[in-house]
Amino acid sequence: MSVPRRLVATLTAGLLAVSLTACATSDRDAGGGAAGGTMVFGAAGAPKNFDPIFNDDGESFRPARQMFDTLITYKAGTTELEPGLATSWTSTPDGKQWTFALRPGVKFHDGTDFNAAAVCANFDRWFNMKGAAAQSQMIYYGDVFEGFAKNEGDASGSPVYKNCQAKDANTAVLNLNKFKGAFPAAFGLTSLSISSPTALKQYNADAVTQSGDSFTYPAYANEHPTGTGPFKFESYDKANQTITMVRNDQYWGEKAKLDRLIFKIIPDENARKQELAAGTIDGYDLPSPADYGTLKDAGNQVLVRKPFSLLYLGINPKNNPALKDLRVRQAIAYAINRDALVRTKMPEGTQVATQFMPDTVAGYAPDVTTYPYDPAKAKALLAEAGQPNPTLNFYYPTEVTRPYMPNPADLFAAMSADLAAVGIKVNPVARPWNGGYKDDVQKAGKHDLHMLGWTGDYNDAGNFVGTFFGRPKAEFGQNDPAMYAALAKADSIPDPAGHTAAYQQVNRDLMSKYLPAVPILTTGPAIVVKGNIQGLVPSPLTDERFVTVSKSEQQ
Amino acid sequence: MSAPTTWARRRRARIDDTAQGRSLGADALRRLRRNPVAITGAVIIAVFVLISVFAPLLAPHGPAEAFPQLLDRLRPGEIPGAQDGFPLGSDQNGRDEFSRMILASRQTLLVGVLATVFGLVFGVLIGVVAGAVGGWADTVLMRVTDVLLSIPSLLLAISVAALAARPSQTTVIIAVALVNVPIFARLLRGSMLAQRESDHVLAATALGVKRPAIVVRHMLPNAIGPVIVQATLTLATAILDAAALSFLGLGDADPARAEWGLMLATAQPYLDVRPALALYPALAIIVVALGFTLFGEALREALDPKGRR
Amino acid sequence: MLRFVVRRLVQVVPTLLILSVLLFAWLRSLPGGPAGALLGDKATPEGIAALNRTLGLDQPIPIQYLRYLGRALSGDFGASLISGDPVLAEIGRALPATIELSVTALLIAVLAGIPLGYLAARYRGRPWDNVTILGTLVGVAVPVFFLGYVLKQIFAVELNLFPPSGRLAVDLDATRVTGFAILDGLLTREFDASADAIAHLVLPAIALATIPLAVIVRITRASVLDVLDSDFVRTANAKGLAPGTVRGRHVLRNALLPVSTTIGLQTGLLLAGAVLTEKVFNWGGLGTLIAEGIERRDYPRLQAIVLLGALIYVIVNLLVDLSYALIDPRVRLR
Repeated sequence: MSVPRRLVATLTAGLLAVSLTACATSDRDAGGGAAGGTMVFGAAGAPKNFDPIFNDDGESFRPARQMFDTLITYKAGTTELEPGLATSWTSTPDGKQWTFALRPGVKFHDGTDFNAAAVCANFDRWFNMKGAAAQSQMIYYGDVFEGFAKNEGDASGSPVYKNCQAKDANTAVLNLNKFKGAFPAAFGLTSLSISSPTALKQYNADAVTQSGDSFTYPAYANEHPTGTGPFKFESYDKANQTITMVRNDQYWGEKAKLDRLIFKIIPDENARKQELAAGTIDGYDLPSPADYGTLKDAGNQVLVRKPFSLLYLGINPKNNPALKDLRVRQAIAYAINRDALVRTKMPEGTQVATQFMPDTVAGYAPDVTTYPYDPAKAKALLAEAGQPNPTLNFYYPTEVTRPYMPNPADLFAAMSADLAAVGIKVNPVARPWNGGYKDDVQKAGKHDLHMLGWTGDYNDAGNFVGTFFGRPKAEFGQNDPAMYAALAKADSIPDPAGHTAAYQQVNRDLMSKYLPAVPILTTGPAIVVKGNIQGLVPSPLTDERFVTVSKSEQQ
Repeated sequence: MSAPTTWARRRRARIDDTAQGRSLGADALRRLRRNPVAITGAVIIAVFVLISVFAPLLAPHGPAEAFPQLLDRLRPGEIPGAQDGFPLGSDQNGRDEFSRMILASRQTLLVGVLATVFGLVFGVLIGVVAGAVGGWADTVLMRVTDVLLSIPSLLLAISVAALAARPSQTTVIIAVALVNVPIFARLLRGSMLAQRESDHVLAATALGVKRPAIVVRHMLPNAIGPVIVQATLTLATAILDAAALSFLGLGDADPARAEWGLMLATAQPYLDVRPALALYPALAIIVVALGFTLFGEALREALDPKGRR
Repeated sequence: MLRFVVRRLVQVVPTLLILSVLLFAWLRSLPGGPAGALLGDKATPEGIAALNRTLGLDQPIPIQYLRYLGRALSGDFGASLISGDPVLAEIGRALPATIELSVTALLIAVLAGIPLGYLAARYRGRPWDNVTILGTLVGVAVPVFFLGYVLKQIFAVELNLFPPSGRLAVDLDATRVTGFAILDGLLTREFDASADAIAHLVLPAIALATIPLAVIVRITRASVLDVLDSDFVRTANAKGLAPGTVRGRHVLRNALLPVSTTIGLQTGLLLAGAVLTEKVFNWGGLGTLIAEGIERRDYPRLQAIVLLGALIYVIVNLLVDLSYALIDPRVRLR
């Protein structure tokens, strides 16, 4: 830091000398100030806006998680539930009524009270949201609650939400039309953060309007997010790509140690690394697995998240009848050397996946059929199926890194080499992630094989296998009513033991009978901070809270 | 016989030569042979072309072949370096970097040369017509050129590459060539514009020389200098543009195929772990670009009609 | 002269119109689309199809174009898919950053390039010439994204001389007036902010300047050599004019014609170069908007920026053509 400072000082002096009128200098304060200090954290992308209900991506959620609270929250570093704005919650045996005991004495950032009426106001706001534009942006709400009071545009789901009653100031009762396995974990989703009803109204929060081919968001989402969280929104400087938050001194829990928290948006991975090395940021998200070692050597802490992301090799038999044969799909599974892939390409903490969910999720079955690397068996199965040398169009994405695939091209290179080794002719097709990959693979189903994955939102088996295989999808090109029925049944069982057992059976069947894809690995991306940063706990859900973070003087 | 006859014959022969443009080339060749800059450039190009032609014979291994002895030591944060049988060590996928460097020369040559040639041919055609004919042809062609030029070149290249059903080497070549067409066109038109008003062209016009002849014999040779300089630079930038497309994921889809730009782009995540993976292709690109430009520069001087005095 | 300028400006209208049609058709025909970008990763194909209907993206392209044109004529270029801000507001925010960067880069390229090229030509074949040529060659041959990384690694990370990326230190909290960081510092007397902005500008400007610099050096050298060989220079020398007069009045002036063409061309290319440079240096100007727009397929943003870029380019080239007339009286403006 010292040399640039000196250079800047010299330049400043020069400019002062040049200027003819050296009168009053600016009245703005130059530095951070008090003891807690400022932490600057490098984000990989810009948030869409700050109203959690209209967002579904990690870059928008990161600031939201510091400013808002949810009824239930996830225990730091785990996917377990713990009290948030609700101190406890109970449900009726049929899972259709949920009662939340709310934390008393909590205030929103605008000074208004948090209470049962505020909770119900939020749920009612979501349920009654008007306009196709606004509804289309509520991805998580749509996913969990399926429908609105009045579905607009093409939305057609029947609503899971019925109503919300404020029984007394600190008790909110939520009535649902049906049970889903997602509850209660889904109440911790960042999208379902509780906003100040007063601020929502004051800043016109529901006014999402269509402008040409896009949407513009109201003042609430852009400049006035008002929650109960440990940090308060100060500014979003779009020209300089920084989001500034300050400590909320009225926070209900243990107050934040930092005075200011700044998220600096640096999309380029190498640029983030260099900013950390130059000392202009204190940490950043998603370091490249290749850099863990050098980052540690330079005195930084690499905090690795527990695996909650899954990479799979998708199989689509629609255009390639050879793939309809289970033996061919099994041959593909045997052909991939997943141990080598994990060892050579993936960061520490990555595990070979035996099924389509991480082992921490209820419903994980330890006794599924496994497909250890066995090229000879793969060749034998192909021969047996009468398809010794099938030709497969293998799609992989470019212009993207995802937690489950830090470097898609390299993973593709390894997998296609494995497939070629057993006699499969691979036709490589690269597509930009937003430039047709998802369309071709998920909508049109043009591929035979493809790489894709998923990062879990909460600890629920349905959030993994249900999302993948719960209904007919172009991505997997099959139609297997028995599989869909089994998944729907498992999701509808409120009893935890029955729920888990049903999903375990689904997992066994998926790996032996259906094999609609090959699970490759589960992994968690890392977060890196300087040596003098304490208290940041990496979360498998990427739900990191900076409230516990402190920064010591020593560099 | 007598001296004057010989003299007259020689003179006639020389005029014929000039008329057929023969001695211009011969002259240029003679002067190129004496120019150390040209020789350096030519040697680099020759070595590059030879390596790329014989690449499959020179490379000990295939571009997609991964080796267990390399894979065993390969980790996300560690890429094995030089060792027995692998003089440049492993790449990020456990393949032989040395073989890939050699095999890549062929793809790189293909992309650079074809993209430049296509760009040059179409650009020169447009520029000649616009600069020579003038009037409405000039206006229309320059409007089209302006439209093409006004789109940031990378955006243009990206869109062409993205429009194709599948990104491939062909789409990269077309994309890069298209970016260069308007540059050549406008440059040539600029110098033709100046030529059109110059004394020797006015003189030729006054003497009743036909227009196409004036354009080809008097304007073009004098105007082509900057275009050749540009073309030599374009050979380098074509390879670099292709690398930029690869950097953005719009290059050749087949990771089994080796290409320097692609190798440089895919080495980005490993800059701290093994910078050599980026340095080798970067140096190769720089040296080859150097070769083309040195030779092109010498060629420009040699071809310059004024230099023949 | 005035008639020429007016006529050229009128010609801009069809140019932009043609461009907007081409651009629209071409962006719409690209795979992927705004709906996918708007909805993010967790979107389902059904959700995307529904949104396409909401946005009218399932209509025929000509109808979509007419709608777009109608809105654009009333100054509404739509909102960015990424930020939700009106595209014009985004451009307004990013333009000062890009102007600051590209003007600095162009100044470096011109101010260093013309003298270097001239000197190389004058000392043709000597070591100075060779060193210059070699330097420009290497400058052109290093991919910008690689050069940027190396510059940062050396000057920001190892030597700690300049900040690695961005336009202003985040803890500076500078006041915004015009959006031009250096100018704002001067206007508000926050000289430390100006100094900080200059320190941030150095590395990206150098990275962006390399290619135009190399091109300008080489074109200058080539055309100075051409002119030095020409009859009128020889005549002037033979007449016994002072060498300085010959160089200034005859050589440089005549040699600048192709150079000015090149500068015009490079101005258009600077924006393109800025895409990679701004990405590497996290600059936050138009290049960043373009790079991000391409990656996320932000059509409203790309359309507006490209049209604006075209307008700037056409105007710059008009200036270049005018400069022909100033430098070379033989060129008549018609």
